[in-house]
Amino acid sequence: MAAFGIATGGSNWFSALALGVTLLKCLLIPTYHSTDFEVHRNWLAITHSLPISQWYYEATSEWTLDYPPFFAWFEYALSHVAKYFDQEMLNVRNLNYSSSRTLLFQRFSVIFTDALFVYAVHECCKCIDGKKAGKELTEKPKFILSALLLWNFGLLIVDHIHFQYNGFLSGLMLLSIARFFQKRHMEGAFLFAVLLHFKHIYLYVAPAYGVYLLRSYCFTANKQDGSIRWNSFSFVRLISLGLIVFLVSALSLGPFLALNQLPQVFSRLFPFKRGLCHAYWAPNFWALYSAFDKVLSVIGLELKLLDPNKIPKASMTSGLVQQFQHTVLPSVTPLATFICTLIAMLPSVFCLWCKPQGPRGFLRCLILCALSSFMFGWHVHEKAILLAVLPMSLLSVGKAVDASIFLILTTTGHYSLFPLLFTAPEKKSLFLIGWKLSTSLAWDLWKSSVNLYSLSPPGT
Amino acid sequence: MEKWYLMTAAVLLGLTVRWTVSLNSYSGAGKPPMFGDYEAQRHWQEITFNLPIKQWYFNSSDNNLQYWGLDYPPLTAYHSFLCAYVAKFINPDWIALHSSRGYESQAHKLFMRATVLIADLLIYIPAVVLYCCCLKEISTKKKIATALCILLYPGLILIDYGHFQYNSVSLGFALWGILGVSYDWDLLGSLAFCLAINYKQMELYHSLPFFCFLLGKCFKKGLKGKGLVLLIKLACTVVASFILCWLPFFTEREQTLQVLRRLFPVDRGLFEDKVANIWCSFSVFFKIRDILPHHIQIMISFCFTFLSLLPACIKLTLHPSPKGFRFTLVSCALSFFLFSFQVHEKSILLVSLPVCLVLSEIPFMSTWFLLVSTFSMLPLLLKDELLMPSVVTVMAFFIACATSFSIFEKTSEEELQLKCFSTSVRKYFTCFTFLPRIIQHLFLMSVITMILLTTMTVTLDPPQKLPDLFAVLVCFVSCLHFLFFLVYFTIIIMWDSKTGRSQKKIS
Repeated sequence: MAAFGIATGGSNWFSALALGVTLLKCLLIPTYHSTDFEVHRNWLAITHSLPISQWYYEATSEWTLDYPPFFAWFEYALSHVAKYFDQEMLNVRNLNYSSSRTLLFQRFSVIFTDALFVYAVHECCKCIDGKKAGKELTEKPKFILSALLLWNFGLLIVDHIHFQYNGFLSGLMLLSIARFFQKRHMEGAFLFAVLLHFKHIYLYVAPAYGVYLLRSYCFTANKQDGSIRWNSFSFVRLISLGLIVFLVSALSLGPFLALNQLPQVFSRLFPFKRGLCHAYWAPNFWALYSAFDKVLSVIGLELKLLDPNKIPKASMTSGLVQQFQHTVLPSVTPLATFICTLIAMLPSVFCLWCKPQGPRGFLRCLILCALSSFMFGWHVHEKAILLAVLPMSLLSVGKAVDASIFLILTTTGHYSLFPLLFTAPEKKSLFLIGWKLSTSLAWDLWKSSVNLYSLSPPGT
Repeated sequence: MEKWYLMTAAVLLGLTVRWTVSLNSYSGAGKPPMFGDYEAQRHWQEITFNLPIKQWYFNSSDNNLQYWGLDYPPLTAYHSFLCAYVAKFINPDWIALHSSRGYESQAHKLFMRATVLIADLLIYIPAVVLYCCCLKEISTKKKIATALCILLYPGLILIDYGHFQYNSVSLGFALWGILGVSYDWDLLGSLAFCLAINYKQMELYHSLPFFCFLLGKCFKKGLKGKGLVLLIKLACTVVASFILCWLPFFTEREQTLQVLRRLFPVDRGLFEDKVANIWCSFSVFFKIRDILPHHIQIMISFCFTFLSLLPACIKLTLHPSPKGFRFTLVSCALSFFLFSFQVHEKSILLVSLPVCLVLSEIPFMSTWFLLVSTFSMLPLLLKDELLMPSVVTVMAFFIACATSFSIFEKTSEEELQLKCFSTSVRKYFTCFTFLPRIIQHLFLMSVITMILLTTMTVTLDPPQKLPDLFAVLVCFVSCLHFLFFLVYFTIIIMWDSKTGRSQKKIS
């Protein structure tokens, strides 16, 4: 009885948080799910029923496989469990098949794989210094960080309502960050390489990883003033990093290289024909650009400066995913967005190279890279904001300034996820409630960190 | 209060759980011709909106009382009328006379669920928050934890937001009444409680403790002076509130009688369906319903009910205190549940509310009781296809209580408030020291039994000769638990002497 008591006792708040959010995820099972549900069911079917050579060619459904091979293997592993739930979902021809057992299996697979995310959060908490905290549980940085990450509202609605597998992927990213904090760089690099081959969206933050590993891991020591010491370069470390990346890529892309399918795989992974903005606009720079273009074209038509016949039929606001052209302002090409992204990333990457500040500096650079790619990338989904929000949580428990920025970022970021739940008003209410939950939590964080850290020196 | 944001988070969490449970199925979904409680509520909106007041409780060609006739007091009818008024703006088809029978759609479900949420938000939740804020001698964190646990109580959430009912309105009014009366706002408290009774007549289960407590207060103030004034004021408040609610039905004697006939269907029998009370459990062995004549059944039920609650009520009248009042509410409601006439399994919520209120005082036993109360409604919840939300909310509630109150560390005699009782027993049996250990083992056995029965009910098919086997087993096991709790709470009340209070003052 005593052991049971200790297990469920008040000291084990982390388990309570993790269990609590898992139960909430179970309650979210009957909510609305988007077409992403059918996407993943289709991928289960493709990987289960067809040989590898067909995976990236199969096009019975419009939702073709467009994630890297490791994710395809992940779906393949899941499909072996799926066949015990409902064999019919693994039939490629069963488009939009969603029996109750299929729903149950898919939802539970997301909830189950989130275990990796919980482990990653646990590791991140170990990297937080909680000595300055007060005795109150709710003021301890570890508690706040766990609550912010485990109960991250964006992740809840994207993964458990809209339906995706960002939980365990974010877990991989957070785990690799935690490994960098724990000075286990090789593991961190390995985890990130694996992550890239699960979902290539994490290329957004690859520059941060690359520069940090090169600068802070391959150069083993710094000069007195913190600048680079060229003779401390370790070839061994560089080669071992390169080997890790090479081996992981070989494992992932090897089979497809052998089948001469690499161009096909890449065309699926990077579909540049999809258009500058997603069907539902991500709130990035190009959305403003296109809105401005639309406004100018309306004004131009009103003032008879433009010829109505010359305006292209397809417009940005029609919600279609296709290529088109702007009317007044110059059209944007993928190369232009790439250059803009690089320019936006440059200051932070430059700082990371010249004045490395350890893992914390890396984390800052990572967040800035994620935000730059979000702002200027080609065909960005609004869900990509999570790439910035989650690592920012780690920073925000450190300093008051970061906490204030985090409050704004998380509020607007989660608000921008509104359109994902556009079906019935009931879902909107659920969203509102949860959004208020997350903002009140962030507010609590800001208040307590202001109290605790207002006297800390800047620049730590 | 400080840490208001934590209280807000607790309330929001409660609301989130409520809303997610409401996404599931409701009573009688897709089951013509009678459907279930959901259709009953929709039908009452139809009746109250389209027919004049005089016809609401009467059988007519427009109002077939066999098809979900109104059998709650007038306040429910007015509430239905209000909802119908709003429904008319959104979609008149929902409440069209006759043609809307059995109407089911996603939009309508959203509307009905929203009415429950709004009623809850306006009446029940503020009462819970205020109650927790006013708790004495505990820290702010404990207050918020108590609020969270009360708001997460699965029974009420599953019945109101799953099965579909408006219990939060009557329980909320009752809670306002308890608050008022406990903090010496007697008139407002009695007004609130009268509203509760006029919303659902089952609140009469709580009426005796209210009466005894207020009477006791009047006696304490002296019946020759302030006490008499208070008594008269209370009587006027009660009478006035009843007149206000029943005004349209007082115009004719026949109206009043008909409403009373609908509220108290005395010719229905000792119990209906499977319910975890004594008579249903007893009838497993002895078919009491068939053997004894009707009026004898009523007499026996009456006698047992009043015998079991009399000691606590007398003590409350002689020594009125807010703590005694809360515990008497529990034991009274439990007595009524176990021994009374025509009890429904949902009436356990009337016992759960007072138990929620003593959660901070005896967390271990309260949590145990609240878990059993949810378990006792298992057959009903399974019929409404609410297995997943039930399991999840029960686990969430258990985790919340276990982490907030560290319940497993609070099983000593003192924590269970059984110190006085044990000391008295030890005068005769000096070896009576093993009470906490017995209770811990009982708890473990109880949880194992509940989990086992739930698993069996869900996975196995009952044998053909005994199709209700699992439902009856659930009721029987729950009834045994409730008897145990009745004994426990009565012991606490009777042995809660002044010495107990003075001991606290010394330490």
